[in-house]
Amino acid sequence: MSASPLALAGDAPVSTQRVVNDFSIQVATANGSGSQTANTVLMRSIFQMGVPVSGKNLFPSNIAGLPTWFTIRANHKGYIGRKKEYDFLVAMNPETAREDVEKLQPGGAAVYDEPLGLDKLRQDVVFYPVPFDKLAGPVCPEAKLRKLVRNMIYDGVVAHLLGIDFDEMRKALVKQFGPKKQKAAELNWGAVLAGKEYAEKNLPKRDRFFIEPMNKTQGKIIIDGNTAAALGCIFAGVTVLTWYPITPSSSLAEPLISYLERLRVDKESGEATFAVIQAEDELAAVGMAIGAGWAGARAMTCTSGPGISLMSEFIGLAYYAEIPVVIIDVQRVGPSTGLPTRTMQGDTLKNAVVSHGDTLHPILFPCSPEECFSMAQDAFDLAELYQTPVFVNTDLDLGMNNWMADPFTYPEKPEVRGKVLTAEDLNRLGGFARYRDVDGDAIPYRTLPGTNHPAAGYFTRGTGHTETAAYSEREDDFINNMDRLARKFEGLLNHLPPDETSVNPRARVGLLCCGTSRYAMEESQDQLAQEKGLETSRLRVRAFPFGPAVEDFIDRHDRVYVIDQNRDGQLLSLLKLRLSAERVAKLRSVRYYGGLPLDARTVTEAIVAQEGI
Amino acid sequence: MSAVETPAPAPKKTNRLGFEIIQYRGGKTTLCAGCGHNAITERIIEACFEMDVQPWQVAKMSGIGCSSKTPAYFLGQSHGFNGVHGRAAATATGALLANKHLKCIVVSGDGDTASIGLGHFMHMLRRNPPLIYIIENNGVYGLTKGQFSATADVGSRLKSGTLNTLPPIDCCLIAIEMGATLVARSFSGDKKQLSVILKACLAHNGLAVVDVISPCTTFNDHDGSTKSYAYMKDHEEPIHELGWIPSYEDIHVEIEEGASQEVEMHDGSRLLIHKLEHDYDPTDKVRAIKYLHEASQRKEVLTGILYVDRGKQTLIEQLRLVGQPLATLPERLTRPPREALEKIMDEYR
Repeated sequence: MSASPLALAGDAPVSTQRVVNDFSIQVATANGSGSQTANTVLMRSIFQMGVPVSGKNLFPSNIAGLPTWFTIRANHKGYIGRKKEYDFLVAMNPETAREDVEKLQPGGAAVYDEPLGLDKLRQDVVFYPVPFDKLAGPVCPEAKLRKLVRNMIYDGVVAHLLGIDFDEMRKALVKQFGPKKQKAAELNWGAVLAGKEYAEKNLPKRDRFFIEPMNKTQGKIIIDGNTAAALGCIFAGVTVLTWYPITPSSSLAEPLISYLERLRVDKESGEATFAVIQAEDELAAVGMAIGAGWAGARAMTCTSGPGISLMSEFIGLAYYAEIPVVIIDVQRVGPSTGLPTRTMQGDTLKNAVVSHGDTLHPILFPCSPEECFSMAQDAFDLAELYQTPVFVNTDLDLGMNNWMADPFTYPEKPEVRGKVLTAEDLNRLGGFARYRDVDGDAIPYRTLPGTNHPAAGYFTRGTGHTETAAYSEREDDFINNMDRLARKFEGLLNHLPPDETSVNPRARVGLLCCGTSRYAMEESQDQLAQEKGLETSRLRVRAFPFGPAVEDFIDRHDRVYVIDQNRDGQLLSLLKLRLSAERVAKLRSVRYYGGLPLDARTVTEAIVAQEGI
Repeated sequence: MSAVETPAPAPKKTNRLGFEIIQYRGGKTTLCAGCGHNAITERIIEACFEMDVQPWQVAKMSGIGCSSKTPAYFLGQSHGFNGVHGRAAATATGALLANKHLKCIVVSGDGDTASIGLGHFMHMLRRNPPLIYIIENNGVYGLTKGQFSATADVGSRLKSGTLNTLPPIDCCLIAIEMGATLVARSFSGDKKQLSVILKACLAHNGLAVVDVISPCTTFNDHDGSTKSYAYMKDHEEPIHELGWIPSYEDIHVEIEEGASQEVEMHDGSRLLIHKLEHDYDPTDKVRAIKYLHEASQRKEVLTGILYVDRGKQTLIEQLRLVGQPLATLPERLTRPPREALEKIMDEYR
């Protein structure tokens, strides 16, 4: 590479050392300008060069016009959590351009739309003006499309400046458009080349950032968590999906529906092995799923926090009447409508206990597309095995952003359908008591409506009931049943995915989190070790109720920092509900609730402050 | 010597499945003596018996309220599901998705359907799931001690004298407008009419909505109520006399031009309609709606089969579900093969 580090104008002492495969690119555009395609192509090109990469789309609750940012982080060490700071800016949005430039790291670089005239704003940044409108004209004769094509031009410019392989970029672009939109792909490729040519002629390399080939992404896929969860549901054998649109879970239901149509419709007869209903609201969505679960379907709904609030009464019914249903909660920022397009672990506490009276629900906490896929399957098995609602708590960051992942493994185990008695079973047994603990595991047997046997029927109710499902207001009946439900809940520990632990025998301090906090937690461990010499262990809980590993982990450490993506320390509160006072006394709290994906620096700073180091 | 013959006990009446009526009964009612709902329960039992309904193919669904308790009092061998207030439309729809062969009978009340569950009711109407939705309509909330419901008429009074000034919601009008394919209104005291209506509902493939005025003897059977036995005796206006010919009987009936009508049901049974209101044609949606509005202005409660549409696709038909219930599909039909996953993974590489 011939480009040499530059001497920047101005006085700021800025490093001019080459930075290879370890920086963040921020693209600032307006919502609805079609930048998503350009950003995905840019991200995929880096990925295809073997460099670990992550993409975070920060978008407003709006169809078109408001500011949107897309951050691509390339990191040779494989850190894929959000990084607060960005080093390379593409400034396309006049509304935010000044602020975007101000936030750029010293020694950074900015490609910007020439008329914005940003180059006088800072002395410690390299500026690359590009006349996007002038370049777009010749590439795209059709004025209507010019706004979209304009974005592909910055892909060409950035790829040239950073040394991204154009063959890889072409592959990424062709893939993005698919075989049916080749004409559009060619038009966009023309724009990439226009950007490349402009940069070659007019923009000598003056910044210090480079992408160079590695081999760290071989065999991997790029997928968003919502699609991964949808595929998990497909391979779990889902038969009924009833849902109501809400960001950020609509983009789980939609790929699920298209995969169902692709994989589960008989090509000849046109008959479907599934039913999907877009319900009138979340109450109906979960009510239908519960009705379907009651009648034996692998039934699910997907929603976000506001939807769970509405479903609360029905969830209590399913808990108490013991009906399987899977609820995937792609969490977003609350309370109320909150920040509907930003991420939060907002329902950690609520989903564990949602509904009135004494209710307890299992929750699975995926952190990656792989786990979205596997845990969606676990959820269906657990729901039918335990005859109870099962939550999968994912979040907007995991659900709606693109992640590198290992290809998903085909499920080897058969579907678990739980204790369902058939007509033949009833012939053999003579009858059954719906809520009797026959096997000592507190899980009763059920029959499905339509079972061809006179002894199959029973009456399901949300009111007090006896072992034989008869109405009862008796104190002993009620207590016996509630105690059995509590035992059943504890039994879940035998079937939940185990927590992920990495214990450093020298460490006195532990870090504990769930879900997507994982990435910031792991990177923060390295920061703490390198910058402060603080060695730490980590534990990521993968399910509620918490397994024995949590207690063991706390016992091995003096202090355990519980990392929460919410204001009130919801994971911490949930731990407190289940742990002894001695163990609770060891817990500390790290909380972030600004709506962006959690970053390592925030975790590190909070721990450093509390440790006084 | 003359032998005295003891008469043999009369053979117990059985239906074509060989069941006696007792097999269609349920638990003992816990509702008030004289409650209209108990009469409706009796009619459901009779209709299911006479229509040879297989009890263990039935799912009885309800919400919360006096009416919603009644599924415990009929078809004791069937599965029942007493869910949450106002949302039996949702649970029933879900149950049908899981098993399209279920004979789904929903019992709801006016509080359940016209207030807390109105949204679900409306959207169920649009979808036309093949189920029977009975509204036991007494104009008050019984279990919470006699507050007005949304079907109470303007000018009707509670026992305490409180006057209702809000217009009522007419569930039949909504049902016809929004897409139910069989809509009827009856009176719990009209045994013959309600029986035929329920049989027609059982024979119908689609959403059948029956609004049954069912007086609450404790809270809404006084002077000043428009849902009392006395009021209904004075104001019920049957639009037709109904007869029923089961599918297995081959009886020819003379149809008098203009005065009577025969409607063949989905199961081959025939509904005989002898018109009392000469212009009334239950297959004409717009005129049915007009008639209901006019009768309401005259303070008449029109009863009978108000609307029938046998052509509309049911929800199950729209979804093109496979023959076997989704609930019991084997894994080879619900989990796509290994190659399918591999192909998808390639697409994300």
